Amino acid sequence: MSKKLLEVKDLKINFKTYAGLVQAVRGVNFELNEGETLAIVGESGSGKSVTSNAVMKLIPQPPGIYADGQILFQGKDLIPLTEKEMSRIRGNEIAMIFQDPMTALNPTMRVGKQITEVILKHKKVSREQAKQRAIELLDQVGIPMPEKRFSQFPHEFSGGMRQRVVIAIALAADPKLLIADEPTTALDVTIQAQILELLKDIQKKNNTSIIFITHDLGVVANIADRVAVMYAGQVVEYGTVNDIFYNPRHPYTWGLLGSMPDLKNNVKEDLRTIPGSPPDLIHPPKGDAFAPRNEFALAIDYEHEPPMFKVSDTHYAKTWLLHPDAPKIPIPETISKRIEGYLKEAEGK
Amino acid sequence: MTNKLLEVKNLKQYFGSPKNPIKAVDGISFDVYEGETLGLVGESGCGKSTTGRSIIRLYDITDGEILFRGKNIRDAKSRKELKQFNREMQMIFQDPYASLNPRMTAGEIISEGFDIHGLYKNKTERKEKIGSLLEAVGLNREHANRYAHEFSGGQRQRIGIARALSLNPSFIIADEPISALDVSIQAQVVNLLKQLQKEHKLTYLFIAHDLSMVKYISDRIAVMYRGKIVELGTADEIYHHPIHPYTKSLLSAVPLPDPMSERKRQRIPYVHEQNNGSEKVHEVLPNHFVYGTDSQIKKWTK
Repeated sequence: MSKKLLEVKDLKINFKTYAGLVQAVRGVNFELNEGETLAIVGESGSGKSVTSNAVMKLIPQPPGIYADGQILFQGKDLIPLTEKEMSRIRGNEIAMIFQDPMTALNPTMRVGKQITEVILKHKKVSREQAKQRAIELLDQVGIPMPEKRFSQFPHEFSGGMRQRVVIAIALAADPKLLIADEPTTALDVTIQAQILELLKDIQKKNNTSIIFITHDLGVVANIADRVAVMYAGQVVEYGTVNDIFYNPRHPYTWGLLGSMPDLKNNVKEDLRTIPGSPPDLIHPPKGDAFAPRNEFALAIDYEHEPPMFKVSDTHYAKTWLLHPDAPKIPIPETISKRIEGYLKEAEGK
Repeated sequence: MTNKLLEVKNLKQYFGSPKNPIKAVDGISFDVYEGETLGLVGESGCGKSTTGRSIIRLYDITDGEILFRGKNIRDAKSRKELKQFNREMQMIFQDPYASLNPRMTAGEIISEGFDIHGLYKNKTERKEKIGSLLEAVGLNREHANRYAHEFSGGQRQRIGIARALSLNPSFIIADEPISALDVSIQAQVVNLLKQLQKEHKLTYLFIAHDLSMVKYISDRIAVMYRGKIVELGTADEIYHHPIHPYTKSLLSAVPLPDPMSERKRQRIPYVHEQNNGSEKVHEVLPNHFVYGTDSQIKKWTK
């Protein structure tokens, strides 16, 4: 059993706005072991970025409020830490890779300096050693001619190369936890595949834990060990990557899986869509937030919020459909057929 | 055999100084048949959007011919001809935030087209038209009086689609219409595009970098790389039996929602071979075209 690195317990985050109090994160729980990758999936506005920014303590206060819960990093709660204490952890033990490599780098500063800046802040090394380390890092993330690239500016790099620089900066202080917020969304598929390979490589070498935020289920299947599906500020399904993709239990997860075209089994029928759009989190709906968009919603969904039901030791889902008294609703046929196809293929090989 | 709606012959679109031009599109040829969806895929910078924009005359083309219903689009000079052309061909843009005027209501955005073309007799007819267009794309009649910022991304893209439909076009160029949207909303928009295609007998040029959606929506797919179409064939052929190494590389990079096969994924890197200029388009199989030199084609089809 590997060691637990991060545990988020009942995290609640609100934002004060003129329109009212936005309950962006409404009681999120998850944990992460060393060397493990947790993917957080969900639509925009589901609270996935707010959750990950909260772990870095990057929620501006005000308007943000850490309303409740704990973020235990190596057993220590990060929420009560002062900004000064936090700056020792941020970038050092927990580092972040941002979505847009075009804006995450400082355009007026040479790439090398952006990396050594982090090293010099967190490690007791000389400038020369920091430079050596930065060049090593550039090499490690697969940038050719690192000595020459060290003194170039961001605009001299392509999109994929810039994202590698961003990763090099994140790795500069050997963090234990890497938070990647849609790191490949802005990139082409071929570049995306390279970046995913790179992250997996780094993880293997350094035993880094990764929180990977994305809305692309293909990417999740590629990189994750565990998956948390978020909807309206809550985790609605949580399990290993196999649990989520081969035995999804929450209707929202069905909706997400169904809205991707099935390429392998060559089905041409209409995509399953999730009708409507996500709820307003200033006035979260009573009961299950997903009920108005859920074709399988029960009467109780509109009255009471479902608890997390246990499917197996690793797999949980927040839907009344798993209650022993609920009608048995099987996984929609389009998705179950697809999963069958995948499993057959896996056996065949 | 269905009719050719659009023929693109040796299209070239260069930018920058004539001495040292940037060859965004460098001599591509393809046909689009009536009622089909042709997918155009490639990485950013390969020239796929430029191709779409050249076809709809947003750029003056450098060289080549674009025939729409057999007529060269550059011959249309008079105002009347141009208007007729604009009515037939419309575009859906990528960014639903940037492509709608924030100072206009949804109704004004949609009706701008038929105001210019004078396609209604009186105010009631105009209002009726706006209403039915909004309903066709899954919005309400009441939405006509709202401004763009009052809509979500998916709804905005629906307004963009309603605007494209307002003049009853036969050909729609959709330039990455879903890449700015959430997964569940992407599916809604793709289903809508398919349904509208059936109802209005539309022909689509669907430009995207997301191969999985392109495969799903297209009848045929053209793969572009550095301003050239390197492979063109039916969607199934391209997906299941790609020939050009670039297509193979592109396909090998698309992640699928199947963790067990993802763990075994082997990405095929693509190394571009510099050629002496003797490459041309070969019809390797019926209706499956590959761009390369004779010896390359021999090597790839072995």
